[in-house]
Amino acid sequence: MLDSGAGAALQPGSEASILPLHLTGVGLDIAGHRLLDGVSFELKPGPLTVILGANGAGKSLLLKICHGLLSPTRGEVNWQSTASAQIRGRQAMVFQRPVLLRRSVVANIDYVLRLQGVSKPERQQRIAASLQMTGLTHLQHRGARVLSGGEQQKLAVARAWAVRPEIVFLDEPTANIDPAATVFMESLIKRFSAAGTKVVLTSHDLGQASRLADEVLFLHQGQLLEQAPAQQFFARPENPHARAFLRGELPG
Amino acid sequence: MKQIDNLAVCLGMAFMVLAGSVQAGENFITLASTTSTQASGFFDYYLPLVQRRTGIDVRVVAVGTGQALKLGENGDADVLLVHDRVGELQFVEQGFGVDRREVMYNDFVLVGPKRDPARAAGSESAVAALQKIAGSKAGFISRGDDSGTNRLERRLWQEAGIDPGASGGNWYREAGAGMGAVLNMTAASGNAYTIADRATWLAFRNKTELALLVQGDARLFNQYSLILVNPEKHPHVKKQQALLFMDWMTSVEGQRAIAGFQTAGQALFKPNALQQ
Amino acid sequence: MLDLDESLVEIILVSLRVSVTATVLAAVVGFLLGAVLAIWRFPGRGALLVLLNAMMGLPPVVVGLLVYLLLSRAGPMGSLGLLFTESAMIIAQWLLVTPLIAALTQQIVADLMLEYREQLYSLGAKRWTMLQTLLWEGRYSLLTVMLAGFGRAISEVGAVLIVGGNIAHHTRVMTTVIALETSKGNLTIALALGMILIALACMINAAAAFSKIYAARLYG
Repeated sequence: MLDSGAGAALQPGSEASILPLHLTGVGLDIAGHRLLDGVSFELKPGPLTVILGANGAGKSLLLKICHGLLSPTRGEVNWQSTASAQIRGRQAMVFQRPVLLRRSVVANIDYVLRLQGVSKPERQQRIAASLQMTGLTHLQHRGARVLSGGEQQKLAVARAWAVRPEIVFLDEPTANIDPAATVFMESLIKRFSAAGTKVVLTSHDLGQASRLADEVLFLHQGQLLEQAPAQQFFARPENPHARAFLRGELPG
Repeated sequence: MKQIDNLAVCLGMAFMVLAGSVQAGENFITLASTTSTQASGFFDYYLPLVQRRTGIDVRVVAVGTGQALKLGENGDADVLLVHDRVGELQFVEQGFGVDRREVMYNDFVLVGPKRDPARAAGSESAVAALQKIAGSKAGFISRGDDSGTNRLERRLWQEAGIDPGASGGNWYREAGAGMGAVLNMTAASGNAYTIADRATWLAFRNKTELALLVQGDARLFNQYSLILVNPEKHPHVKKQQALLFMDWMTSVEGQRAIAGFQTAGQALFKPNALQQ
Repeated sequence: MLDLDESLVEIILVSLRVSVTATVLAAVVGFLLGAVLAIWRFPGRGALLVLLNAMMGLPPVVVGLLVYLLLSRAGPMGSLGLLFTESAMIIAQWLLVTPLIAALTQQIVADLMLEYREQLYSLGAKRWTMLQTLLWEGRYSLLTVMLAGFGRAISEVGAVLIVGGNIAHHTRVMTTVIALETSKGNLTIALALGMILIALACMINAAAAFSKIYAARLYG
């Protein structure tokens, strides 16, 4: 199913797609600080979306609100589907610092598949495919926590891949790894997207955004200032803050 | 998950251990006795004989006489072997025990430092010796645990006309401990006296500078008695086995065996069940 | 005097059987209780935590007295006839060790929650699954907690003396025989037994430490 085209019908069976995702007037206050304010957008199946912005713009918080880890102070988050179990099971997130279990590489992937009630033969097949795609097959019996930072990040992606999510959120997926690993990670992300999964990632790296993005959401001081196709955004940004960011005048 | 299953297995096994130990061997009785009989090594010698001759496994819980009587009152023992005549008669009178049998005796002795700062040695009576100790303000360490020995000691002070707790100073100390612990404290203190039962004293291995100073006073007579915990009050009491044990201990053979327990050529307990 | 071959082995076996059983039972309850307190919020949770922490310092002799009153023929559970048996000693040590294990487990799982909560929730774990996962993730620390519990169990004398009675061949354990030999004035034998107790504790702790290091090297 993974090589089916865009968006819908990733899962076998006739379940309806959970996309698009609508955020309406989302705001978040923590300890009296207004961290997000009036954020509204729609995430449709298909294009690879990059949430771009300087450090502290609120990108990670926004991602966590989309993924359901944080509840917004104001506004609404609406998926196409209303069945909460379905929503949780069909999205995945790769954290900036992924938390891996103190078990082997294989057991880490097996864990999430068991949570989702995947049958044993199916689990074995998906684990093998995930490991192969991320190039971790030779490390499969090693402890996850003794892997290098780059390998741990790959395992987190492999774990997300095995779930076959309809949408995957990646929070600064290359922030903590070296340039060679970054190149490989970006190719993985592209394959993820090409396989029909909706990819949403945050980045403060202009180069990465221009290499990966089909669509850019520009976030500045907790506000969504621009949502545009990537080509348009990089060629003719409308918002003055976005223009400053592209010129390198806002701290990356 | 697997780890939870493992825990469940452990839990199950543990309960099997619990259940197993409850059902182990029915042919035993619980004997509440005094620290003196245990610390002197008497039971290590005597109980294997009992087992061989009667087939009964006697399990001894060694506590002070006061606590032993309390265990009997609660029904936590089948038989008592204790040494406080006054308390025993009261115990029987109150209906907690039946069939009291005097079974053996020895005596109490006054022990203290060899150099004897209170000059208690050679006193004509134990009461006179205590008066000297109180007068000299050398130390005295009391069991203070309501044991038979402690009860005797309190009666001696009373007879001496001294209230050691109220007489001021810290020469009189209540240890709240067994005979052995009190002997250890007395040995360590260097200038204190105490009253001990002869059996524990003879078997005690840490005498250092301690010596036996006063003995032979009729007041220091130390009678041990068996009492059956009243089966009418406590139906679970193993009357049959308990009586078998009591009968054997008071028989000619059982009495001879008591006399046979000796340390350094001295009998620690003298049988007297057959003299009644 | 103590027959230093058979009797000693017998006493060590009784000690281990009682303390290991008590510790395992305490771990089952303590791990669950600690993890529940760390993961769930419910009314009375704060009071329960304070109570647990207070009970960590409960004097063994008080526990011994409580268990005696419970198991005495005159007490509510007297008809079971458990007083002066290994079971009574296990119950007393279980009562001593469970609060310790529960309180320490609560701290360990609460710390793990900070690290794992978002990730596990993201993976779709419900609270009950989280509890199992976090107990397994904390297994090295929890092993240490169990050893601390075992240490408290095997080293205490006040409770087992009261409820076990120090009956030769039945409820005589390392600590009560040390107390007995001391009261006989056999200080050298008492000290030698103390050394054996220390050696035993060292061996068990060393074995646990090695397995912990080995496993940590494997799984981080």
